[in-house]
Order: sequence, then C-alpha cells, then structure tokens
Amino acid sequence: MGGIIADNSSAPQELRWESIAELAAQVRSGKTKAADLVEKSLAQIAKLEEYKAIIATTAERARERAKQIDAKVANGEDPGRLAGVPFIAKDNFLVFGADTTAASNILKGFDAPYQSAVIKKLEAEGAICVAKANLDAFAHGASTENSDFFTTLNPHDKTRVPGGSSGGSAASVALGIAPFALGTDTGGSTRQPGSFVGIVGYKPTYGLMSRSGIVAMASSLDTVGTFARNIDDASLVIDVMAGKDELDSTTIDRDTMGYADVQGDLTGKKIGIIKEYMGEGLADDVREQIEQAIAKMREAGAEVTEVSLPSISLALAVYYILCPAEVSSNLSRFDGQRYGYAYADAANLDESYTKSREIGFGKEAKRRIMIGTYVLSSGYYDAYYKKAQTVRTKLIQEAEAAFKQVDFLIGPVAPTTAFKIGENANNPLAMYLADVMTVAINLIGVPAVSIPCGVSGENGLPVGLQLIAPQHKDRALLELAKATEEIL
Amino acid sequence: MTKLTRDDVLRLAQLARISLNDDEATEFTDELSAILQYVEQLSGVDVSGLKPTNQVTGLTNVMRTDEVKDYGYAPSDLLKNVPKTEANQLKVKRMIG
Repeated sequence: MGGIIADNSSAPQELRWESIAELAAQVRSGKTKAADLVEKSLAQIAKLEEYKAIIATTAERARERAKQIDAKVANGEDPGRLAGVPFIAKDNFLVFGADTTAASNILKGFDAPYQSAVIKKLEAEGAICVAKANLDAFAHGASTENSDFFTTLNPHDKTRVPGGSSGGSAASVALGIAPFALGTDTGGSTRQPGSFVGIVGYKPTYGLMSRSGIVAMASSLDTVGTFARNIDDASLVIDVMAGKDELDSTTIDRDTMGYADVQGDLTGKKIGIIKEYMGEGLADDVREQIEQAIAKMREAGAEVTEVSLPSISLALAVYYILCPAEVSSNLSRFDGQRYGYAYADAANLDESYTKSREIGFGKEAKRRIMIGTYVLSSGYYDAYYKKAQTVRTKLIQEAEAAFKQVDFLIGPVAPTTAFKIGENANNPLAMYLADVMTVAINLIGVPAVSIPCGVSGENGLPVGLQLIAPQHKDRALLELAKATEEIL
Repeated sequence: MTKLTRDDVLRLAQLARISLNDDEATEFTDELSAILQYVEQLSGVDVSGLKPTNQVTGLTNVMRTDEVKDYGYAPSDLLKNVPKTEANQLKVKRMIG
C-alpha cells in the first residue's frame, strides 16, 4: 500500500489509514470503534484547515451514525462492508448533516431534502460521510479557483492548485483526512485532481453509477468519481456504488463479477499509447514519467504500441460546446423561485429572475450559461450544437476502431503538473486547456482512471498516468490499474 | 470568425435571464468571442454520413411502472428550501400582466 503518496512531497505527514477493507473488518469485529475513526478524521480536518479542502463538516450526524454502527456491532448485527469508514463527499452531492452548496453562492444554505443515491448505498454498507469538500462552483473548472468561497491548496505545494473541479475531495484523501472521497467527473474533474495530488482518481463508464441527487452539470457527460490511495480501496467503493437506479434512467447493469477484489496481470495485454497526447503541448517532465511507466509496463509483459485517434484534438472544442449547452439548460432551474438565492426587492417576475441569477451566479457559471445559450439559440444550433454532437460520433467511432486493435489505451492525464494558483485565472480559454487530455473520455463515455506514476524531475510534483478501457469494461480496467500500480 | 458585439452579449444575457453590470458586459464580449473562435475549428470537419450523438448508453425508452410510491418525503421537507410558499405551493410574482 505504501508509495502512493510521493515520498519527496511537501505535503504534511499523511495520516496513516489501514486499507478500507481492513478498517471495516476491525469495526465489524469490535476491535476498532467507528466513533474513533470519525474522531480521527474530524481531528485531521481541524489540523489541516489551512489547505481549505473542506467547506463544512457533517460532524454531528457522523458521530450519531458512528454510535449506531458501534451499537449494531455490540448487538451482533452486521454493519456492512464499509462499516465505520469515514469519507468525504464533494459538495455537489446531496448529503444530510450540512448544506449542499456546490461551492456556489446561489445554493448557500440549501438543506438537502433527500440524499444522493450513491450516498445512500455507501451508508447502507456502513460508510460515514464526515465532511463536504470544496470544488469549482457547480464543478465548472480545473483548479477550485472558481469556487465562490475559496481556493483549495495543493497538499504538495501550497502555492499551487490541487486541480479541479473535485480539488477539495482529492486534497482530502492526499492529506489523510479520510481513506476515500467522492468527486464527479464531467470532463476530467476526478482524474486531473487525482493526478495533481498523487492519488487514484476513477471515472466509471457513463451510467455505471446513479446521478440521482447530484447537482447536475452536463447531464450527458456527468459521472461519479472515486478518489482513494490505491486500486484496492477504490474498487471496493466502486463495487458498493455501481448499478442501476430507477431514479436515474441512464444507469446501466453491473458487471456480474462486481468490481471488488481485483487481481491483474500485464502479461500479453495489448495497450495503445494515444499518439496525439504525446505530441506537442506535453510538458517534458510529465512525458519523462509517462515514458518510464510505459517502459515498466513493457518489462512486465504488456504489448505496448502507438495508436492514433486522428480527431481527438477536436474533443476540447466539442466539449466546450456541448458542456455549456447542457450547463445553461441545467442551471435554468436556479431562478430565485424554487430554491437557492432569491433577490428580495424585485419589482416583477422578470427582475426576480435576472437579479437572483446576476447576484447568485459566479463568473464562470455566467460564462457557461451565456456560451450555452448562444450555441443553442435559433440560427446557431446547427452550426454549433448539432455539429459538436456529430463530431462526438466521429470521436466514438475512432475510439471503437482503436479498441479493435488494443485492449486498453493509455496516456497522460494532463499536459502539466499542478499549476500555480492564479496562473490561468484571467484567461478562461487557458484554463479550459487543462482538460485537453481528459474530456474526450467523457464524450466517448468509456471508463478511465488516473494512477500515480512518479514525480516531476523539475518540481517534485506528482504525475498521473491515464488508463482507459472500452465501455462497460470497468472491471478489466481496475484489474489493469491494479497490475500497473504494482510495478510502478 | 465570430466576434460578438456588446449588444450581442446583452441580448444573450437577456435570453439567459441574467442581468450584467457594465464591467461584466465588457469582459464577456472579449472572452466569449475568444471561446467561440476556438470552438469554431469544428466548422471545417467532415462529418458526412454521421448522425449526432445525444447520449452514449445505447438505452432506449427506459420505463418504470406507473405507480405511486412512498419515498418518505413530507411536502414540508421538499418545500423547505423554497423562498416563498403558500398552501404547500411555490409563490411567485404575477406572471400575466
């Protein structure tokens, strides 16, 4: 399990947690109290407040749930496979015990009337949510700098971003606040922060986990992300969350084998390096680590070749049409009438809408709503939205062709290591480029995971390796990731 | 190459029901133009014979039984975040003049 957090990191000494399976086993046997695990996590949150990973704790409810789980153990009942294991939820998941804000001013004070489907599944197996993590407001961003509240600091270097949009969740796991955390991944928001802080960040096949009870960003792309220190931990959590949900009609069937207890072997695995991702624009220090990882995979018996996806460089343009279009539609519900901030002095209904939205939304949400409104508007729809949807088909076909040649694809997660706070803040287009190697995966709908593969020779910051599998091959991807993790 | 004018931006804002202050209108005029110019690289891509992708699951017409279920939510729970209510309904300003 060691070696997941970079040894030369400047992150504060990580709090050591046993593996998730071991923690749950200890709680179930009565050897460890769920209450103690919750206190350990809450103490770490208080100690590491300066990193601003957390928006609010759910301390009271977490303590109450721990008490119930410990009582179950005392009564000889089974508290579940994740008994007493603390976790952090990105603040766009509806969770009881604290407000759900999506790090936006417009949702400040929103008290969830029900919980996300995946939170319910985790709770049914005894896991305990202890806090809500920071994000770019509404998950619009790649650094947490678009949070309406504050920017989270990278655990390895406080002058740098932890990535985004799920930066608070990623930093929480890297800081040892909890053994796992939930994020969302619409264009890279779990893989990229996983890479920036040196942990595992998993994005499932679209539809594998229910989106019910998660603040929607771009519904045809949104997935539930998992952060953990290693593949064993991640796969257990994924196994608990995966599967159909009647409240989300886009959900798909589980793998009959499930997702836990994976074992992998690289021997004979056909792996394609995405040629276009290794070209111009990739920083040398990232390239060096990726190439070393590939060499090790070859030594372990993998057959690694180069594969071309000729249109993949168009993915970012496709994404920045489809995503804002869906964002503008999803955010239309924030109108000052149903929930969220409402402008009190409006003279009429229209002013109530326009002022509530002007004051409630941050700049990036407004930017995306405006772009989305433009590309969906009559006269421009065909040229932008429909064209992007059709190029999306082209990307899917190219990926399908690639997966006829190889079992998996690999490449970097992001073109650089974690960038400096403020570096891209005044240039939205430059910030969008941080997603250039992750968005295609969401458009295609396949699963992908970022695993740590070394640290930059220039700045000592973590570098992530992206492993990608065909649709529905999440279990095979976890097996590959497990085997790769073992040799890196 | 699309270059939005300030009037275009204000018109978009009105369609999206967001009022903008002067600074925002100025800023967005440049930023949105730059973003649109970037995404316009798609205009030259040959997509003949391809259909648009709306969703990737391959699922069609997902149905569930049309029956009343008790999810355990009281109306007061579901309405607790609503700015103004009356008789378990949302209260909004007059719509028809």
